Amino acid sequence: MVGEQFVTAAAIAASVLFILSLGGLSNQESAKRAVWYGIVGMALAVVFTALGPGIGAYWLMIPMMIVGAVVGAYVAAKVEMTEMPQLVAALHSFVGLAAVFVGINAETARLRVAAAFEEAGVPFPNPEGVSPPAALVEGFSAFAAKVATKTGPEVVFLQIEVVLGVFIGAVTFTGSVIAFGKLAGKVDGKPVQLPGGHLLNAAAAAGSLVLAIVYLTADSGVVSMTALLAIAALAFFIGYHLIMGIGGADMPVVVSMLNSYSGWAAAAIGFTLSNDLLIVTGALVGSSGAILSYIMCKAMNRKFINVILGGFGGSQGPAADIEGEQVAIDAEGVAAALEEADSVIIVPGYGMAVAQAQNAVSELTKKLRGKGKEVRFAIHPVAGRLPGHMNVLLAEAKVPYDIVLEMEEINDDFPDTDVVIVIGSNDIVNPAAQDDPNSPIAGMPVLEVWKAKNVFVSKRGQGTGYSGIENPLFFKENTRMFYGDAKESLTKLLSLIE
Amino acid sequence: MEGEARVAMTPQSARDLQKLGHDCLIEAGAGEKAGFNDSAYEEAGVTVVPDAEALWKEAEIVAKVRPPTDAEVERTREGQLLISFFWPAQNEDHMKALAEKGSSVIAMDMVPRISRAQKMDALSSMANIAGYRAVIEAGNNFGRFFTGQVTAAGKVPPAKVLVVGAGVAGLAAIGTSTSLGAITYAFDVRPEVAEQVESMGAEFVYLDFEEDMEDGSASGGYAKPSSPEFREAQLAKFRELAPEMDIVITTALIPNQEAPELWTEDMVKAMKPGSVIVDLAAERGGNCKLTVPDDKIVTDNGVTIVGYTDFPSRMATQSSTLYATNIRHLVTDLTPEKDGKIVHDMEDDVIRGATVAHAGEVTFPPPPPKVQAIAAQKPKEKPKELTAEEKRQQEIAEFRKQTRNQVTLLGGGLVLMGLLGLVAPASFMQHFIVFVLACFVGFQVIWNVNHALHTPLMAVTNAISGIIVLGAILQIGSGNWLVILLAAISVLIATINIVGGFLVTRRMLAMFQKS
Repeated sequence: MVGEQFVTAAAIAASVLFILSLGGLSNQESAKRAVWYGIVGMALAVVFTALGPGIGAYWLMIPMMIVGAVVGAYVAAKVEMTEMPQLVAALHSFVGLAAVFVGINAETARLRVAAAFEEAGVPFPNPEGVSPPAALVEGFSAFAAKVATKTGPEVVFLQIEVVLGVFIGAVTFTGSVIAFGKLAGKVDGKPVQLPGGHLLNAAAAAGSLVLAIVYLTADSGVVSMTALLAIAALAFFIGYHLIMGIGGADMPVVVSMLNSYSGWAAAAIGFTLSNDLLIVTGALVGSSGAILSYIMCKAMNRKFINVILGGFGGSQGPAADIEGEQVAIDAEGVAAALEEADSVIIVPGYGMAVAQAQNAVSELTKKLRGKGKEVRFAIHPVAGRLPGHMNVLLAEAKVPYDIVLEMEEINDDFPDTDVVIVIGSNDIVNPAAQDDPNSPIAGMPVLEVWKAKNVFVSKRGQGTGYSGIENPLFFKENTRMFYGDAKESLTKLLSLIE
Repeated sequence: MEGEARVAMTPQSARDLQKLGHDCLIEAGAGEKAGFNDSAYEEAGVTVVPDAEALWKEAEIVAKVRPPTDAEVERTREGQLLISFFWPAQNEDHMKALAEKGSSVIAMDMVPRISRAQKMDALSSMANIAGYRAVIEAGNNFGRFFTGQVTAAGKVPPAKVLVVGAGVAGLAAIGTSTSLGAITYAFDVRPEVAEQVESMGAEFVYLDFEEDMEDGSASGGYAKPSSPEFREAQLAKFRELAPEMDIVITTALIPNQEAPELWTEDMVKAMKPGSVIVDLAAERGGNCKLTVPDDKIVTDNGVTIVGYTDFPSRMATQSSTLYATNIRHLVTDLTPEKDGKIVHDMEDDVIRGATVAHAGEVTFPPPPPKVQAIAAQKPKEKPKELTAEEKRQQEIAEFRKQTRNQVTLLGGGLVLMGLLGLVAPASFMQHFIVFVLACFVGFQVIWNVNHALHTPLMAVTNAISGIIVLGAILQIGSGNWLVILLAAISVLIATINIVGGFLVTRRMLAMFQKS
């Protein structure tokens, strides 16, 4: 057993380590160290809190932790890099659910304390400046003991925090479950809404507000607990319905948003439990997710609110007609063009992840670089289904990260590039975003691949992208369509390049 | 024809044509000037016939470079196919005569400009050579270096070259000129080519013209005649440039029309002595009216004007090779079965477009092609150049706006804090400070995260959001069975989260390798 002061000291150390851990992600090399800061910080926090005063039930806690650690390690070791978005979404749901449980527990504890006080004939919450009888407080362990010392306004705030924690946690939980389903292909990626659409969400939110008031003003424990559970149920619905209404292409924003929510839920619970470490960490995670969502939205030139409300809207006229034909090319043609090229840029997209083509891409890169050609990768911020998704896949396939560049770094280089290979991306290379003000993606920053001398598009068929928009790039004079599964096409190409 | 050194078939193209099932004949000595002698042809399996007369009699397809002469029109027979440059708009009589005789004519200059037909676009391949040769010819007549040099013997300024018309010839001229080191300017009535011009290393000359410049893509990538106002603005710009330019290469042509006059007499007068004008439009009247076709003149003020019309022919080996390849591609399209049988498919956009006489009828002009040459382009607004003062003002305004925004936000935040302070208990406010500061730290730190590491960032934040396990730990010792149960589940899933999150991050980061 260690004293409260040690627990606090550990919390301070852990907070600093978490901040260093996030700060270290500014570049690839320091990131490898940074993750250790995070691990050590977490270990400190958990060990010292567990050994802190008023903690019990180790017989249950330790086995649970061991089981959790084994499951976590197993999942982390087994997951395919292409399944990273699903994994992240699934893990978010855990945080959300845990927040809901902890919130409900806090309410249970409050009710127990209130009941015990009533039995002893002591007023609860404690009036200002009056300490409750020591014997009564000692009857409770850990959190409940803290609750027992609270005054009137403190208890009201405690309840508000519980409502927030439960609400945000519940939205995060079902939202993440649906996001997981969509990313894993277990739920249809198309936006689906129940009749009533966003009115339903608004009604559920309003209902939650009313229930929150009921909860705060309720006298009986049964009423307040029921109200809290009802809030959780409504929030579960909102999370489900909100994410169901968002299409697969917007998943990068959704995942970062849920990331943010899980942080806010943790922070709200931190307030409830008067635990600064939880507050700090929750705030760090919450702001991180918020910034990521903002970056993603900016990359798609969409308002956050539009993404959340789902669907592309607001186009004021018919999109410009595209004239011309898509000209197909075979692997021999692409190989010939690559032989002649000096500079090559590869633009990977979600299609590369789907086809698991990253290793073939890496192999191609190695061969071309071996022949003295300049090969680089251009990554659009929303390529894939998770921020930075493509970088991780390419890293997995051992593509050196210093040839993988961001949109801003490489967009000006396209006119001097001989060959661009677009693998399984569509909207992020759509010139309509710049040329056609009526296009639903007008104004979205895109990779200007069409400025290169030759563009080869590896694509399964003639379908449109996630946004369902025709891509004039495919009809351009310097564009050739390299139809077929990305992995098979590239493997074929590889055999032709000697 | 006299002065024509090019030939429509090379030994290499003959080999390819034979693969298509055709027999090849060539007039004796036809390839001599282009560097292909008869024995080379014979080696390639070509029958060398003594004269043109005999060739016309034997061959079913006659491919040549220049348009047919009167005598040659006489020689054609029914069913014979003639492939050559034809200029149908200027040669209507011949076209009618040939159509009446029942022979077919494919005009190489009428091949439509669509992607599929690029391989047979002889105009482009010839224009490419003409553009290159124009610069070489200009350099030949220009008394200085192209590139600027500082030598022990003094400083040499770089030559300034203006290329008018950025079609294929213009672009080839720009490329040649920039690679020789000259400062190159280029103008075209189609603003959309500015990008191509700049990509070749030249500076595009923009006009201060109110009206939108026209979009050339509507006419299959060729220029159209421009409005009088536009012309005036254009000439004014040229007048301004004329005294500075050492070499002017004009390539402006409008399909089936006389070449527009772009370089007027007074511009020539304004140029420095020793300057050179190469008029690639000389054959069609010239962009400069002083140009004498097929000749080189020197004006009174010492400006050389080159009006040769046979630039491609001056590089006969190169142009014959390209032209022969163009012809070969066309014949390939005409023999889809590769069995030596000609299928004159009038449904085919390319063949239909190029055919000017077929089955006894004149088929010129062709209907517009079904496929557009270039996707229509929206005019781009040129960003306005800002003066230093305007920029400064903008910066100040920007700064003020930012300050205002920040002050408003801070003020709003302060009021909110005050309101919260009114109702919230002290213990809450203490935690709230921590919360707000943590948010700030979070924002500052996250902005610096490398984009490529966003997925690891999410995994890490995900792992540390598992800190919620602390909440569960704090509650698990409670006496209530429900609390214990829920807390136990929370501990379990939060631990999965922590361990899974960190390990997967480590796995990801270990993969990032430097080359």
